Amino acid sequence: MATLEIKDLHVSVTTEEGEKEILKGVDLTVKTGEVHAIMGPNGSGKSTLAYSIAGHPKYNITGGSVTLDGVDILSMTVDQRARAGLFLAMQYPVEVPGVSVANFLRTAKTAIDGEAPKLRTWVKDVNEALERVTLDKDFAQRSVNEGFSGGEKKRHEIAQLELLNPKFAVLDETDSGLDIDALRVVSEGVNRFSEQGDRGVLLITHYTRILRYIKPDYVHVFVAGRVADQGGPELADELEANGYDKYVKAAAEAVTPA
Amino acid sequence: MSIAEALELAPVESHLHPEGSFDLADHEIPTGREEIWRFTPLKRLRDLHKDAPLDGGDVKIEVDSAPEVTAVSVPAADSARGVSGYVPVDRVSARAWDAATSVFEVTIPADAEVEQPTTIRLHGGGVEKAGAGHLLVRAGRFSRAVVIVDYVGSATWAENIEVVLEDGAQLTFVTVQDWNDDSVHVVTQHARVGRDATFKHVAVSLGGDVLRASTSADYVGSGGSVEMLGVYFADQGQHIEHRLFADHTAPRTKSDVLYKGALQGQDAHTVWIGNVLIRKEAEGIETFEQNDNLVLTDGAKADSVPNLEIETGDIEGAGHASTTGRFDDQHLFYLQSRGIPAEEARRLVVHGFFNDIIRRIGVPALQERLTESIEEELAEHVGRLEL
Repeated sequence: MATLEIKDLHVSVTTEEGEKEILKGVDLTVKTGEVHAIMGPNGSGKSTLAYSIAGHPKYNITGGSVTLDGVDILSMTVDQRARAGLFLAMQYPVEVPGVSVANFLRTAKTAIDGEAPKLRTWVKDVNEALERVTLDKDFAQRSVNEGFSGGEKKRHEIAQLELLNPKFAVLDETDSGLDIDALRVVSEGVNRFSEQGDRGVLLITHYTRILRYIKPDYVHVFVAGRVADQGGPELADELEANGYDKYVKAAAEAVTPA
Repeated sequence: MSIAEALELAPVESHLHPEGSFDLADHEIPTGREEIWRFTPLKRLRDLHKDAPLDGGDVKIEVDSAPEVTAVSVPAADSARGVSGYVPVDRVSARAWDAATSVFEVTIPADAEVEQPTTIRLHGGGVEKAGAGHLLVRAGRFSRAVVIVDYVGSATWAENIEVVLEDGAQLTFVTVQDWNDDSVHVVTQHARVGRDATFKHVAVSLGGDVLRASTSADYVGSGGSVEMLGVYFADQGQHIEHRLFADHTAPRTKSDVLYKGALQGQDAHTVWIGNVLIRKEAEGIETFEQNDNLVLTDGAKADSVPNLEIETGDIEGAGHASTTGRFDDQHLFYLQSRGIPAEEARRLVVHGFFNDIIRRIGVPALQERLTESIEEELAEHVGRLEL
């Protein structure tokens, strides 16, 4: 069993007005075999959490720690984190002109495994992974994400998740912008990944819709840069019914002097 | 850019009507303030633009020609030079014309379909003495061929190249400037494109201290098509300048220009000038020109100037684009987030940048060589860069 542990994480970004703190002390522990949903309103810092874990240079870590089985990952480069077993499915996957999906996937797989995949089985694996997310195998010859529709980009993220098979997957609003068919395809991919048993999922979402397909073990409510509440799957039902209002109000009161 | 905008932007007085002259006296010594010289580091031209003797130049020519193709050196007086209609447009070109004692003539017979590329390799034996060369490539009616000129070694070299495509000829003409770092090469190239002929010009510019290539094409009949592709990679201190001129002198002709370059290291400098002139008689033409630069390090500079001048209202299509960008951090982040080390990620992005243009070259052996050359250039610098 592996553990991804986030402790009192503080993160800021540099803006024209100076440093702005986005994450204000996040505590969260994800073990393999678990699915955690992080839910929250826009601007609560959910994506910042995802990108900070992955190591995006835009975010400045000002305090706290993130460890994978006790090993500090914040001191690692972006690619070292991936090789240590982290994967971020991005809300806006990046287009990389001139780099074919096939070349990209093989290079990534080689980097993660430390050796090149066996050619014959690899081509088959790629084709099957694309097929499972209903992408035509021609996508392997296209430039990474270039000209892909929003849904195709998200399905491509999930194909990568399955091929690279990390210990922990952080899914940043993978459900946003998807129609119901694509949502189902993406959810099935995440479920196949987590059903291996020794994999952890941190599912970041704005909507409860995806939780009809992916059953979380834990739900965390994320408001104003920290975890405001947590519970089991029933918490998602409550959010579905009542929204984030009471948490937002409480957070606002907490920072407004009485 | 729309045609209407282009029309508005067209300067009243244009430098796009070069009036050439064989008389050296008509070409004053440039000061560097002239429009056509303002980007060129004249001090590094070893007086090619002034009065350096051009009687030296230890350049050996090796030829590997296809059986159908003749490739021979002819005394200048007996040669067919001038047949392209070219008249020297600048002082270096006029001086090279005067100084060249022989002309290397490559002739592709009419109707010949030549599979094997013809390669002419110029091997420079030293930079101390400057020299001049003249190359003439003639593609006969309805012939099809590939001609590659490969520059290696060290030289101070002024050169004129003429290319003539008879009606219906299809010619791919490639120059590979793979000189040693001490070379200076100023070359002026002109192609005359026959009716329904297809000319693909490929410029690969990698090695040399100063490279300046001026390439022009005009058309003697309708239906002619010109594609100009360029791939360049400038390192520390290197000056690589491409000046292109598509002169639409006949109706329903095409020009399509794509140049892509990468720069790395202190004072790496590239210049791309893309001139297109659509003359009054050139109705129904299509033109597009694009230049993309990828700046890999601080201290490198890319100048990119497209000029489009239109004298007719009846155009099928006209446009241009120019981009100069740095490594995109988002690209690198995405690739690295999949476990790919930074150095490898940069390599992928640079190869990706060049991939589309390399595919368009259409000469497999050259494409492979080019991919390898880019890899070597990258190995030199990119591995050491910080994100």
